[in-house]
Amino acid sequence: MSHKESLRGLTRRDLLKRASAAGASFVVGAGFLAAPDAAWAYEATHLDAETFATLVQMARDIYPHDQVADEYYVIAVKGYDSTDAAAGIMAGIAALNAAAQGKGFNSYLATGWERDRVDILRGMEDSAFFQQIRGGLVTGLYNQKAVWPIFGYEGESFSKGGYIDRGFNDINWL
Amino acid sequence: MAAPFDLNDDSVVVIIGTGAGGGVLANELAQKGISVVALEAGGRYLPEDYINDEWESFGQLAWLDPRTTSGDWRVAKDFSGLPAWIVKAVGGTTTHWAGASLRFQDHEWKAKTTYGDVQGANLLDWPIDPREMDDYYTKAENKLGVTRTGDRPGLPGSNNYMVFEKGAKALGYKEVSTGRMAIQTRDDGDRIPCQQTGFCFQGCKWGAKWSAAYTDIPEGEATGNLEVRERAHVARILHNEAGKVTGVEYYDANGSLQMQKARIVCVAGNSFESPRLLLNSASSIFPDGLANSSGQVGRNYMRHMTGSVYGVFDKPVKMWRGTTMAGIIQDEARHNPSRGFVGGYELETLSLGLPFMAAFLDPGAWGREFTSALDHYENMAGMWIVGEDMPQETNRVTLNHDVKDKYGLPVANVHFDDHPNDVAMRNHAYKTGQAIYEAVGATRTFPTPPYPSTHNLGTNRMSENPRDGVVNKWGQTHDIANLFISDGSQFTTGAAENPTLTIVALAIRQADHIAQEMSAQNL
Repeated sequence: MSHKESLRGLTRRDLLKRASAAGASFVVGAGFLAAPDAAWAYEATHLDAETFATLVQMARDIYPHDQVADEYYVIAVKGYDSTDAAAGIMAGIAALNAAAQGKGFNSYLATGWERDRVDILRGMEDSAFFQQIRGGLVTGLYNQKAVWPIFGYEGESFSKGGYIDRGFNDINWL
Repeated sequence: MAAPFDLNDDSVVVIIGTGAGGGVLANELAQKGISVVALEAGGRYLPEDYINDEWESFGQLAWLDPRTTSGDWRVAKDFSGLPAWIVKAVGGTTTHWAGASLRFQDHEWKAKTTYGDVQGANLLDWPIDPREMDDYYTKAENKLGVTRTGDRPGLPGSNNYMVFEKGAKALGYKEVSTGRMAIQTRDDGDRIPCQQTGFCFQGCKWGAKWSAAYTDIPEGEATGNLEVRERAHVARILHNEAGKVTGVEYYDANGSLQMQKARIVCVAGNSFESPRLLLNSASSIFPDGLANSSGQVGRNYMRHMTGSVYGVFDKPVKMWRGTTMAGIIQDEARHNPSRGFVGGYELETLSLGLPFMAAFLDPGAWGREFTSALDHYENMAGMWIVGEDMPQETNRVTLNHDVKDKYGLPVANVHFDDHPNDVAMRNHAYKTGQAIYEAVGATRTFPTPPYPSTHNLGTNRMSENPRDGVVNKWGQTHDIANLFISDGSQFTTGAAENPTLTIVALAIRQADHIAQEMSAQNL
């Protein structure tokens, strides 16, 4: 069964279940991904909903940070939702699902445990597709200024006069 | 005649590159009344232009023209097109450097004599007596305003330093301090004192750190004897039938080929571009490239034995706050072969922002082993390892004729294999660094592989005998009297110390020599 065919006949409820089993984001219709509390939403235009949701899950499994919400992973990969990139991404995600099916799961997104998904990814980590996604995330995820405070990183300090009077030597536990 | 100079003015000294070597040489010559045209491949950026954002700054300042790599060093795998993290701008890599300003130890000028024969290493003594350098080192320290030299006080210790210092002292290390840094500490000079802002690698927005971009270059220009041409990429050095250099061909900012005549040419384009230029200047008289009768042009590439150690603690460190590199342990810098290797290494505090930490902590790694380290970024402390690596003839810069730059010129291929001495030293340094952090309660430590090289040395090395190297003790090429090398590529061996202070001291010394030889009509 092809990837497209596997989507047929699924109700919205089925899609929601599958997506939420693996992560916190919801596929809420054709190409539309939203947080459970609707705090953010992204509508994929060149990738179908399941492909995009799978890509987001893959991104989280490559660089998992439980304290980082899905919206930042969505931002990190939404550049692939484009005319130029879509075909390659769809082929890559299809291969990912095929690998999942080879290990007895319905799809990558339906693989419930992170360890099983990581096992699937390990099997394809030398592929150009995996390296494209991983390499892109290094800047796509960690260079988002909105992500920095989650890690405690403060970014530039010049505009505040540096740290000379703001704690460059405030360590108190040594 | 005052700057700007005519393309046909054959009385000028042409300097290629404006970093620690070329920028200082340009100013020193200009101060002596000598006419200088400095050709700089990059643009001009000043403190108000610097960007305190790691990737954005990298895009602004880094040398990103194509290069290729080969060899067993991990950089060739992780960053195959980026063997070095150096700067393409007026002022060169003095924009990016951290400011560590250490003199060589006496024995490091005589590596072959001190270390003896090391299998596979192409060791050689510098043709310079350490005492010849004392005054030049003092001049360089005064120019750069180096802390803990003269009457200049040291920098205060940051959080990252205090963790490092406590661990070092717990292990019994004695030579631990905030180091000798070319960073202003007092409100009594031309430069604003350090505001502990971080981002030293991205260009100091206060101008507290010495950079040729806003010191030597404008000082030289103010004399009327120095003209700096920005975005001028030199393609070839020209020579006459007598084998003397006569000028250079370069692509100007508009991409048009220009020819500047010269009385003397000084090459200071860093250890990749300098040998590349000599090799790309091959002619019927010099079929193997200029100044290459020894066959040593491009060989003996050194990058320092490097690596980093990061430690995670159960409480915050906030290592990014404050001066990026202002902490040093020097006890391991001495030559003590009982450790299983010759030469020594320094440990120096370092921090990276979250974006670069993600890229450099363990390039290519993914999954929770990697991300759980970044989860504790706020609780991390970091140090960099810098030690003497062995010159090897086969570690070399060659022309890659299969890859051309935007002007159609073959790019540099950089081949590097670690020497067993480098590996033994790195492993020793990893253990030491990890023990330092564990002594302060680190719950996890990371022996992080080398980044793209910042200390690129030795590809036009200095030698007593013309058979063994490219330049003599003045940086003058053995083969061509009016062709000089003025950057770190003239290093005979690398020593354990960050190289900038020595590059600057050699440039001041070379300026004295060139001026003397010009007035004696020998050049």
